[in-house]
Amino acid sequence: MTAAAEATTEARSVAKVRVHKPLRKRLARLPFYLLIAAIFVYTIFPFYWAIRSSLTPDGDLFATPLQYFPNSPTLVHYREVLSSGDFQRALLNSTIVAGSVTLISLVLGTVASYALGRFRFRGRAFAMYLMLSMTIFPQIAILGALYTMINKFGLFNTLGALIFSDLILTLPFTVWVLTSFMAALPKDLEEAAYVDGASPFQVFYKVLLPLIAPGLVTTGLLAFITAWNEYLYALSFTQDPEHHTVTVAITSFTSGKGLTFEQPWGQIMAATVVVTVPLIVLTLILQRRILAGLTAGAVKG
Amino acid sequence: MSPTTEASSAPRSRPRRRRSRLQRKQTRLAWLLLLPALVAVGLVALYPLGRTIYYSFTDQQFLSGIEATHWIGLENYKDLIHDTLFRDAVVLTVKFTLITVAFEFLLGMIIALTVNSGFKGRGVMRAMMLVPWAIPTVVSALMWKWMYNDIYGVINDAGVRLHLISHNVAWIAQPNTALGAAAASDIWKTTPFVALLLLAGLQVIPTELYEAARVDGASAWQQFWRITMPLLRPAILVALIFRTLDALRVFDVFYVFFGNRPDTQTMAIFAQDTIVGTGDVGYGSAACVAIFLIIGLFTVIYVTFMRVEQQ
Repeated sequence: MTAAAEATTEARSVAKVRVHKPLRKRLARLPFYLLIAAIFVYTIFPFYWAIRSSLTPDGDLFATPLQYFPNSPTLVHYREVLSSGDFQRALLNSTIVAGSVTLISLVLGTVASYALGRFRFRGRAFAMYLMLSMTIFPQIAILGALYTMINKFGLFNTLGALIFSDLILTLPFTVWVLTSFMAALPKDLEEAAYVDGASPFQVFYKVLLPLIAPGLVTTGLLAFITAWNEYLYALSFTQDPEHHTVTVAITSFTSGKGLTFEQPWGQIMAATVVVTVPLIVLTLILQRRILAGLTAGAVKG
Repeated sequence: MSPTTEASSAPRSRPRRRRSRLQRKQTRLAWLLLLPALVAVGLVALYPLGRTIYYSFTDQQFLSGIEATHWIGLENYKDLIHDTLFRDAVVLTVKFTLITVAFEFLLGMIIALTVNSGFKGRGVMRAMMLVPWAIPTVVSALMWKWMYNDIYGVINDAGVRLHLISHNVAWIAQPNTALGAAAASDIWKTTPFVALLLLAGLQVIPTELYEAARVDGASAWQQFWRITMPLLRPAILVALIFRTLDALRVFDVFYVFFGNRPDTQTMAIFAQDTIVGTGDVGYGSAACVAIFLIIGLFTVIYVTFMRVEQQ
């Protein structure tokens, strides 16, 4: 930690006298760059290994000593995975579930955040606390009742069961984040609209909604990722491959060939890449906004 | 919770009666807007929570049509206390929580300080740190499970080549390495998130403070303990709370690594297996409530600690 703290102060002093940097000073920064390299490798290596394994043919994959770089790269694992009916189905199911959950959360969340972010009323603090406490609600705590409820509703082994139960993970936090976006908008906007004779509905629809659109994108993405990554409910409430989501499908890959007792790791790694890439792309495109959304609470304390 | 005097949209100077009518109208409208979200939360969270608590006092079975359900009082909880499988699960989960939260905090702090110190490519680094956070836990667990593979895993291969281990180790199958293996996977996945939270906290500390401290001759070490740490406290607490509550309900990593193997059950796996695997909804619900209480206990400890710190 000292090294990093020192580096912090040093970086600031270096920035001021950038004219001539003696070699000694540059050498002094070497440990710092080594640390950065170490962090980089630590973060990236598991991904590299997944990609490397997904491109390595089975003959090389299950052989020692290991090849750290695929000598004869192949797309055969990707072809196997993407042509698998179960996996296609799982991708579709996950898209349906995560999409519906996101949409429902955003609609209910935006309306609720309008009330919480723009109105002062009796019980507002109570509603805010309720939503906040729900955001840290452990989903396992209600498994017993959800399991029987879902059966009673005839939802067992359907995507509806997952859409219903995933809402607990996304809705409270959507309300909470959108409320902070709503509350941050300047007051004069609405006042001007009210003076012009607009109704609360028009203010919401024509003034506020367009302004929090970026917030909706961020929050929507966070909700989508949460639902896409959900495993416990998907594992408990669905049974056959036709209703599996990707997280369940990817953990139940079995070797179709029956020749080896090893799991088909090449295919599994190809599947992890396929499942992960869309999330990574979206995250990188929207990284600034996600960072703002994720860390808003922490900075304000 | 008295009604505040400033209604967000009401013009400022109006007769009193008028304002209170407006206030009432606003309150009604606000609750109307809140209603759908509240109903949804009630339906997916509060009702099931109440129902789970009720089940925990009964012998409810999943196939309840066959046998009638009885109220059995605290019977489930008495059994739970004497259930060594559950006790092991609690111990394992708490151990896992302490290990992962400690490492995630330490590593996260080092990474946050490094990235905050500014260098070329810092933006790239920060973007990259979001990636492990975004991928499904199940996926990161699978990636690690393959790296741990006892014959073809890269961890064994690299370890032997670098002479860190003398022979291949079955990291996941061996009871004495299982917990560490799962913890390492979790630490890799969530450390960047902790680092990002801390980094956000670091970036709002004004640089003038450090400059003033330097003028006064404070060393980097002193600056860290006297400026960085106190001002970072809110971010640190938020990160610790989030991570602790998350770690206590861990399910995915352990399930992917070990299935429902008895010696590596976490609290959540125990409950899930009892409810879904065995169909013993009453007993499993008692376990759910126990988990809820344990997590609640940790939350109370944190909040109390925070209050004490503030005074």
